[in-house]
Amino acid sequence: MQFSVQQVAGAHLPPVSFTLTSGDILTVRGASGVGKSQLLRALADLSEHTGEITLDDVAQSATPPDEWRRQVAYVPAESGWWADGVSAHFTVLPPADWLQRLSLSPEMLNATVERLSTGERQRLALLRALMMQPKVLLLDEPTANLDEANTHAMATLVADYVQSQGAAAVWVTHDATAREQLGSHVLQMTAEGALFS
Amino acid sequence: MNIQILSVFDLVLAGLLVLALGGVQLLLGLGLLRSLVWGSVRMVLQLLLVGMVLKSLFAVANLGWITLMAAVMLLLAGYEVTARQKRPIKGWRGYGIGLASMGVTAAIITLFTLTVIIQPQPWYTPQYAIPLLGMILGNTMTGIGLALNHLTQTAWSSRNQIEARLLMGQTARTATRELRADALRAGLIPTLNMLAAAGLISLPGMMTGQILAGAPPMEAVRYQILIMLLITAATGFGSMLAVHLGSLRLFDARDRLRLDRLGS
Repeated sequence: MQFSVQQVAGAHLPPVSFTLTSGDILTVRGASGVGKSQLLRALADLSEHTGEITLDDVAQSATPPDEWRRQVAYVPAESGWWADGVSAHFTVLPPADWLQRLSLSPEMLNATVERLSTGERQRLALLRALMMQPKVLLLDEPTANLDEANTHAMATLVADYVQSQGAAAVWVTHDATAREQLGSHVLQMTAEGALFS
Repeated sequence: MNIQILSVFDLVLAGLLVLALGGVQLLLGLGLLRSLVWGSVRMVLQLLLVGMVLKSLFAVANLGWITLMAAVMLLLAGYEVTARQKRPIKGWRGYGIGLASMGVTAAIITLFTLTVIIQPQPWYTPQYAIPLLGMILGNTMTGIGLALNHLTQTAWSSRNQIEARLLMGQTARTATRELRADALRAGLIPTLNMLAAAGLISLPGMMTGQILAGAPPMEAVRYQILIMLLITAATGFGSMLAVHLGSLRLFDARDRLRLDRLGS
């Protein structure tokens, strides 16, 4: 698996380039407002942008948008829920051990979205993205509303998924715990551009 | 029965009622006097103007002039649709979507009614064509305006939900299925209310007019049934077309939700 991003830029996004292969996890840093979320939106093709993005040498523009977003799955900071019941948002229900690893009970799938806390929604949003079996996972501050134990559990789950599926992840976070635990690569974003290391 | 002729003095008496209303509003400090007077004066001028236009139109009964009149009515209705949008689609397309959906349905249904159902001689006899088109346009205008308003406003406020569905690998069409159905329903509510209230709660204007002019009630009722069926079909097809064209404009070729295409 190869995910290549060349000179991707947009209205509120300085030019960014990097390449990820199977098992890579990229943590993205930078001051707020520098365009971290805009970068993830461009990678998922949710916002207009310039530059070249390819997945296994197939260009983003050559892949139907719905198929691209299943392969390059983006979990935004604020997850969207469009139906009343939780389970209606899943194409395939998550396995029990994944729920357990994120301290979620199986009954939660039968609950209404309204009753979930922000942190629970955040964890379920990750699971619903994982169930599409994406090749690239884009996470925007997924641990913002989680305690240390759950932050650790989520980082481990993502790392395990990436390892076992030969996928890659791009992780925007301010959280030092998650950053230390994950970062095989770091992208430092500034208003002028981004430094990949 | 011959219709009682109204004198100018009769109309002045009715006007005094509105002035009295304005006076009471003024005393209570509600400040609606200006809008009431201005609205009434505007209405009188519009109707006098249309009366004169109809008088000459009926006298010549020429297809070219009738088409021109129909075109002017359509353009004005198109403007009214856009003017009532809270978040209209920007640019010429916003006007174009309302105008096209209204124009296509109103034209087809009016022509079908004149040539197949009523069949006056000639088919474009303005006494039939103009009021028929007016009633169809007036109602489709309301329906299309409400449907488009619901579509754009809800898309704006539920951006998170729509984008979440796109991110779960749904196409723009799937992600807006409920939204489009709701927008269509919003457009059809006045028509459904009209059908339910017909005869029981409200005596429709056209029927009342024909009865006042001396037509037998059952004849007037038949015309009213025809008009209501035409209005329902026109509003339904017009709103469907408008919702379809409008929802296409909400997304680009890459199925991105393009709220930047809406004004505020």
